Parts: sequence; C-alpha cells; structure tokens
Amino acid sequence: MRALPWLYLAAAFVFIYLPVGALVLFSFQGGALPVPPFDGPSLRWYGEILADRDLTSALGHSLAVAFGSSAVAVTLGFLAAYGLARHVLPGATLVRGLLIAPLTVSYLIVGLGLLIVLTRLGAPLSLMTAGIGHVVINLPLAFAIVYASMGAQQQNAERAARDLGASEAKVILLVTVPMLAPALAAAFFLSVTLSWDEFIIAFLLTRFDVTLPVEIWSMLRSGLSPRLNAIGSLVFLVSVTVVLILELLVFRKRP
Amino acid sequence: MTAPVTLSGLNHWFGSFHALKDIDLSIAAGEYVTLLGPSGCGKTTLLSVLGGFIEPTDGTVTIGGRDMTRVPPAKRPTTTMFQDYALFPHMTLRDNVAFGLRMAGMGRRERHGRAEKLLAMVGLDHAAGKRPHELSGGQRQRVALARALAVEPDVLLLDEPLGALDLKLRRSMQDELKGIQRQVGTTFVHVTHDQEEAMAIADRIVVMNAGRIEDEGAPSLIYRAPATLFAAEFMGETNRIPAKVTATGVETPFGTLPHTPHRGAVVACLRPEDFTGGTFRIGPAKVQDAAFFGTHCRAHVVPEAAPDLVLTVHLPPGKVPAPGDTLDLSADPAALRVFPKET
Repeated sequence: MRALPWLYLAAAFVFIYLPVGALVLFSFQGGALPVPPFDGPSLRWYGEILADRDLTSALGHSLAVAFGSSAVAVTLGFLAAYGLARHVLPGATLVRGLLIAPLTVSYLIVGLGLLIVLTRLGAPLSLMTAGIGHVVINLPLAFAIVYASMGAQQQNAERAARDLGASEAKVILLVTVPMLAPALAAAFFLSVTLSWDEFIIAFLLTRFDVTLPVEIWSMLRSGLSPRLNAIGSLVFLVSVTVVLILELLVFRKRP
Repeated sequence: MTAPVTLSGLNHWFGSFHALKDIDLSIAAGEYVTLLGPSGCGKTTLLSVLGGFIEPTDGTVTIGGRDMTRVPPAKRPTTTMFQDYALFPHMTLRDNVAFGLRMAGMGRRERHGRAEKLLAMVGLDHAAGKRPHELSGGQRQRVALARALAVEPDVLLLDEPLGALDLKLRRSMQDELKGIQRQVGTTFVHVTHDQEEAMAIADRIVVMNAGRIEDEGAPSLIYRAPATLFAAEFMGETNRIPAKVTATGVETPFGTLPHTPHRGAVVACLRPEDFTGGTFRIGPAKVQDAAFFGTHCRAHVVPEAAPDLVLTVHLPPGKVPAPGDTLDLSADPAALRVFPKET
C-alpha cells in the first residue's frame, strides 16, 4: 500500500498546478481560442500583448504601485514595531491591536471606505490613491512580521551600540535594520506579491491609469482570448521570481 | 585610561521593590573590583547604574570627579562587556571591535588598525574577517572584551562575563582578564556570583545581599575576617556553632571564647580547614563519612560534646579516616568568627 500516499500527493499537486499549467500551455496557442486542441507552440500572443501600449503601461503601473506601496508599508511597519518593542508606551496593547486590526477588514470595505474619504476630500483618483490603499492593507502585515522578529538579541546589541557611543539614529541604521534584514525583506516581498495581485482596491481607487489586474479585468469583459493566458503567464512569472528572490535572499542566509 | 568611581547614597526602586539600599562605594583608579552576591542581590542593577542604563532613584555616581548620575551610556567614559556578549552578528570581528571608534568619528584605516591591534591582544588577529557566529563561546567573549576596550574607557564594566563558559575555560579566562587589566590599567568592575572567580581575580571584593553591601575588602580579608554571617557563608563553606553570650564570654558547646560586642544568641563560624590544632578544644568526634579530594580529605564528624551538630572538617590528605573512627579535634580560637544569630 506504499503507492497510495504517492498517489494522493500526485493528485494534490495536479489539483493545484493543472489550472496554472493549462493557462501557461494555452498562452502558446496558435489559434484565437484558448481551448483544446492545442495547436501551438506560438509566441503570437506574447508578441501582441507586449506591443499593446495599454497593457505594458498597466504592467509598469503595477510594478510602481507594488514596490512603492511596499516600501512605504514596510518603513512605517518597522518604525511602529521598533517604537512598540523598545519603549513602554501608555496604551501599547491598544495601539498594537489597532495596527493589526485592518487585517480582519475585507479589501472591499477598505477600498469603499477610502473611496468615500478620498472623494469627500476632493482628491483625484490615481495610482497614488491605489498605492495608499495598498499601504493600508500591507502595513498591518509588515508590522506583525517585523514586530514578531524583534527579540532580546537585537535589544542587547542595540544596548551595546549605545554604550559604545552610537546615537539613536546610528543604532537603528547600523544595528537594528541590518539585524532585522531578513524580516524586513520578507515583509517587503510579501507586500509586493499581495499588492501585485490585488484587484478590488486598485479597481475602486484608480481612474485613468490602472494597474494590471484592473486592465485584465476590462479585457475579460470582451471574452476569452489567448492574450489573457499570455498576460496571466507573465504575471505568474513575476510572482514566481519574487518568491524565488525571497527564498534566495532571505531564507537561504539563515545560519 | 582610567578613573576613580564614587557611588554615594544610591537607592533604587523597581516599582515597590527596593533593589539598591544606601550604597556607598569608592573605587580607586585602576582597581579591579568584583561585585559578588547571589542572583537578585542587586549587583547587576548596580552595574547598570554605573553604565548609565538605569538612572538611580536617589544618590550620585561620580566617575573621574565628574557627576555622571544622569548622563546616558553613550556619553559616559564607561563601556560594558555584556553577559551574552551582544556582538553585532552582521559585522566582521574587525568592524565589531572598531564600532566604538567609528562612532567617535575615527577614519576607516585608523580604526581598523586599532581594532586589529586589540584583536591581537586577545589572540584573535588571524580571525579579524570572520563573523561572530563562526567563533566559539570563549572567542566571542574575547571579541566583546576587545570591543569594549577599543574606545579606551576609564571604567570597564563586566556583567558575569565568564558565566557562559565551561569551568576550565573560565579559570583560564580569569587569569587572562586579570593580565589584560594590569596591562591596560583601566578600572574594572566585574559582577559575578562565583566566589572562587571573585577571589581569583579581584583586588577587592564587594559582597552584596538583598540590595545592600554586606562586606568589602581584599579577598583574604573577606574570607578570613568577614563582616557578617552572610559574607562568611557566601565566601565558602563554614561550620556554624550555636553559642550564647554570657557574663564570662561566648559560651559554645566546646568551651568559652572571649567577649564580643554582640549579645544573646550568636553563631560562631569555623572554616573546615581550620581544625589545625590549638587551644579551642572540640574533643573527640566520630567520623560519619569521609572522602579524598586530592589536596585534602573532607569528613563529616559528630563531636561528642555536641551530638546534634555535624561538622565539616578538612584533614591532611595522608590518611582517609573510616566511618566510625574517632578523631581528636581542636582549633585556634582566633580562627573562629562570632556573629549575631539571624532572626
């Protein structure tokens, strides 16, 4: 009966990867419909999407929003975690709870709330507003990851640095941040992948310049096409790359 | 560089816990002082007050004639060698040792030269490019020492620096620490709970208990003539002989000792190695058990004059007595110390 566990494992992986495999396979379809029979391979659709101005600019927008909002979210999350971990503040538990609470709010509610506030303030919708939305959803996560990895080891090293004459800024820059680099990188790349895939907030908070998921959504309305498969494969490639970078930079370095 | 330290009228509370009680202590420039006591006695708190990590509730800290009570650690002429070393794991040993010099604004080439000189002093110049996780515990400890000494502090504070090392390494590091202290001349204040370590290393031992200084002085003085019962017991094994002060003197089950200023119930203490003969007659005593320790034999004996007492005695290593043997014991009356009985 040794075969049964292997069979189960294979079935699980087929279940997870078959849709992705099919998506990637039919992105190389020669004909106009991404359905069997497969008549490729052809790079026709890749050529088409890379020539599409709207798509390539959406791709650029998505990258900008993902990296920009993640940088802001991780910076703010780190500062909040540092403050809460190193200083005794009145109401620290409440502050910590309020920082993590947005994790429990659905993206739709966050997006709608921001939309109402921004419209009231008269702020025009743009990539910037979508970026703000992504900071709102990624900040709790970044805070939680960084806060969890702040331990006694860094605290003692910070104490030693102060003892040797370092100012507070130098302590953070030369000791805390380098020691927390794995956690900071993990928080950053996780934020990037979440922001990269995020649709609903980006949909609600952008207008003329849109991110890739929003662009794909508007293309979907005109029906199935191998173009969508090709875009999906590229998006998948980017996500896989980010995960690989995370793996190589962060988890491999653990002594 | 080196400087004297004066602590006066120090008191510190953690909430309602009185951690330091009326501490007055003067440390001479270039002196090696150990703060000795059980855990929770306030010795680490006192060290933190010296280093500037804790601001005392009351009292003043003067280092080199300047009031340092409210000066933060970064601006004090002190550095600390922490119990867990607290090395910077992301830096090479060279950068670790040079960190304080970098903070002082020294250029890269100069500070690296200095760091390498200090690493050579602790025997690690060949490993300057390594990172702390590649080192053994003893080596990390040396790096921490080099890092703390690199900025040429007036006072070096050592927080149980040898606590994480195994016994053999600890004994050899003691000698090394003492040698380095002589070489650099800096005032060292060293916290430990190990009385052997304190005796091996210190010019002067400060015995602490429950936030108070119990006794201070040269190791031999504290061992031979402790000021309190606590100090006597903490500095090594001792036999407690119950006694009473009467009009004729201190009455023990074995005879009378000269008068002491104490009154009522007292305890006479006698170290196990002091049963070397003399006018204080303990008389015949029956051996319960005995063991050979190389330099001496250690025996538990029940004296006939006080059958409810069990005395620990160190005998010459020549012959190990058998259980049931009877020994005739006596001691020099001057070896006995009398303290008021604890209430």
